[in-house]
Amino acid sequence: MSAQTAYSVDASQPDNYYGYRSFKKGKFAFRRDEYFVHIDWPKGSHTLPADAFLRALQRDVAWNFFYGTVNFDSVFGTLNHYGTVDMFCGTFNDAYKEGGLDYMETYKSEDLMTTFKAILDDWTNAGYDPFAAPEETKMAFGRKDGDNKKAIERLRVTANRMVGIPGDTPPRTDAMGYPVNRQFADVEQDKPEVYPEPGFEKEVAGFNLFAYLSRSDVTWNPSVCSVVKESLYCPTSEEFTLPVEHGNDRVEWFMQMSDEIVWVVKDKETGRPRARVTCKPGDICAMPADIRHQGFSPKRSMLLVWENASNEIPKLINEGKAPVVPVKF
Amino acid sequence: MSDVKTVFGSLANYQKGGVAIIDDDPKNYVFSNVFEVADKSKPYERVAVGKNFQYVIECIRAEGTSPWYACAHDEFALVMDGKVEVRLVKPTDPLMPADKEGAIKLMGDPKGKKMGRVVAGRGHMTLLPKGSAYQFHADKPSVVTIQTIKGDVTIERWAEICQTNS
Repeated sequence: MSAQTAYSVDASQPDNYYGYRSFKKGKFAFRRDEYFVHIDWPKGSHTLPADAFLRALQRDVAWNFFYGTVNFDSVFGTLNHYGTVDMFCGTFNDAYKEGGLDYMETYKSEDLMTTFKAILDDWTNAGYDPFAAPEETKMAFGRKDGDNKKAIERLRVTANRMVGIPGDTPPRTDAMGYPVNRQFADVEQDKPEVYPEPGFEKEVAGFNLFAYLSRSDVTWNPSVCSVVKESLYCPTSEEFTLPVEHGNDRVEWFMQMSDEIVWVVKDKETGRPRARVTCKPGDICAMPADIRHQGFSPKRSMLLVWENASNEIPKLINEGKAPVVPVKF
Repeated sequence: MSDVKTVFGSLANYQKGGVAIIDDDPKNYVFSNVFEVADKSKPYERVAVGKNFQYVIECIRAEGTSPWYACAHDEFALVMDGKVEVRLVKPTDPLMPADKEGAIKLMGDPKGKKMGRVVAGRGHMTLLPKGSAYQFHADKPSVVTIQTIKGDVTIERWAEICQTNS
């Protein structure tokens, strides 16, 4: 039996009026009321809407702090070092930095994750799904009202080789609890014609990726569907707003497969605006390693997120041994 | 009945978005469109439209029958428009070193055992399994993207396909 470290959670008793617990992690303190989340740290305080906080927290938890920086908004977020993680306020905000209000603490990833999961569980009410599009869920607001463990404990899909290969992640079906989403009601549900010769059933394989995405029950949650060594295709269905400003620690690529997303791109360190990128079907573009980006999808759309998962890349970029852009021409 | 309209692109009907610069260089975003690239490509040119260190996404205009290719690692073909048949053969002898990256083009038909075939339409992804030889066939011009590693057959012409001005 392997030894595991159990990390403690510093939580209060439920508030007598609002019903929510308050939490402490290091010198950070978190509390929520009916509408807002309040974060205090030794140099300042910050407030953001409870729904925005929970949508961002849900992604940070599900993505295991993801690649690089997950900015919940322009002030609060996390920076992944893959084993340890920074939690910060104002670190990537020019005004907070200049005013000396920025603050950061570093934890073992599992340690902070334990606290984040506890906050997410306590502050998510029955019927509210932080992964869902706004039209598909109840509101996050109000006093404490039950929980929604089924929604917040979804596992991120990770194919070993490709979805649909016998023994790998299966395609989604009605029977598995994945009906076609209302916004993809017109997406073809046909399948590729697969004709393997005897003995090659595990190597002659295909699946309908667009149908697979049309049945996704979450938004802004890339899942690995095909793997070439460290090259990961992570397609995802998107609607409304990416709940975080994702700060890249490596180049990330987007290929728009359906509909449209507008990306607002800012400088990773300062938050200063740099570009606005409009992606229509078939458009493909890179997000450089020195930016943060947030997407806006007016209709539910299909996006291919393409990642190079090599853990060496952030170090190479930080040491100036790799460029922040993928191609120079 | 739902009146929802999901918009896909095609060779015959695509619209590009673009990069509107505030304080940056549009070339940093390496912005192109796979339908436009395929529209301007010769059949079965494997044009890189995405690159991340050694890894690439190639874009192919599938039209008629392709040469045979082989690859030492898995690749994945995603049909973005049209219908494409993928024919697979298990070569009698290895066609390249096991550590060779990217696809190679074969000079003729491979000797080996038929593995089978896949007929893929829009949105369908097909495994091109490591160590196999494969060939594409499309009756009508179609568009395929391939998740792979930069190799002998990868063509890079970024300045021709990407947005360079805001």
